[in-house]
Amino acid sequence: MVTIDPRTAGRSRPQGSGFELFVWYLMRITGVLLFVLALAHFSIMHFVFDPSQENASWIAARWGSLAWRVFDWTLLMMVLFHSFMGVRTVIGDYVRGARARLLTMSTLYVVAVVLFVAGTAVVLTLPVVA
Amino acid sequence: MLLRYRAREGMLAWAFHRISGVAIWLFVVIHVVDIYLVGGDPKAYNTLLQVYSSTPGRIVEVLLGAALLYHALNGLRILIIDLWPVMTVYHRALWYASWVIFVVVGIPGAVIILRPVIGPALGIGA
Ligand code: HEM
Ligand code: HEM
Repeated sequence: MVTIDPRTAGRSRPQGSGFELFVWYLMRITGVLLFVLALAHFSIMHFVFDPSQENASWIAARWGSLAWRVFDWTLLMMVLFHSFMGVRTVIGDYVRGARARLLTMSTLYVVAVVLFVAGTAVVLTLPVVA
Repeated sequence: MLLRYRAREGMLAWAFHRISGVAIWLFVVIHVVDIYLVGGDPKAYNTLLQVYSSTPGRIVEVLLGAALLYHALNGLRILIIDLWPVMTVYHRALWYASWVIFVVVGIPGAVIILRPVIGPALGIGA
């Protein structure tokens, strides 16, 4: 069970200088970046454009710009790290027993790797269209 | 103790943050797969996209947007206090401010997303 800081109602800063402290800081750094990237992405997809027009050729045209590929890949990296490390904390809080924990954590990391590979592959390799 | 901590607000903030975080995570797992299909099977992606622009799809997107906005604002509040401890003095103001922003940004956002659904009824077009 992680301890909760009563001032923030968030996880309190872990003691020492180990892996947990590293995760705690990275949750915060990826959090600030996601504040900009994820909210911008959601706004672009719903307020600037509309899901009804966002078909495969629309995406291919958007990805004609390297900047949007870089933006999307950065968003992908930030959100995968942040959300999988976040869910790791949640599993740590609720899943009891060494075997159950090994199983859920391993599944979690396998899914993370699959999404990392699939997400990176498509943003790197989708052919450029005019 | 530095401050008068209201357990009720704190517990709600924590529970909402956790629930919204896990909900957005579930969406992202699906979403990376659907964007993968843009390269792997564009026809299947285009079919799936119709779910996003359907009425139930739009309602889910409003809920997703609300979860994202709450989580983002509350996350920022946590960050501010963690990295800048003097802000603890204003912790309650930060909590209420995040709800004001949530409503002020969230309501127009929901209206825009739902415009094709509710627009005709409100006379503001699709
Ligand atoms: C938009 C900007 C975001 C900010 C500012 C933010 C901030 C934070 C912070 C500071 C934490 C740590 C809380 C703690 O240590 O108690 C956290 C936890 C978490 N975040 Fe985010 N986050 C953002 C976006 C996201 C997104 C897009 C997802 C999912 C895809 C997500 C999923 C999670 C999860 C699952 C947790 C763990 C919750 C828990 O332990 O109770 N976050 N977030
Ligand atoms: C229902 C709301 C959303 C819609 C309609 C949507 C739509 C799209 C579209 C059309 C793309 C293709 C790339 C592009 O055109 O830039 C994309 C990519 C992406 N979206 Fe979303 N998005 C939504 C919500 C989100 C959220 C909440 C997140 C996470 C915080 C997210 C994360 C991503 C990522 C990481 C990519 C890049 C995937 C890759 O490179 O493999 N999206 N999204």
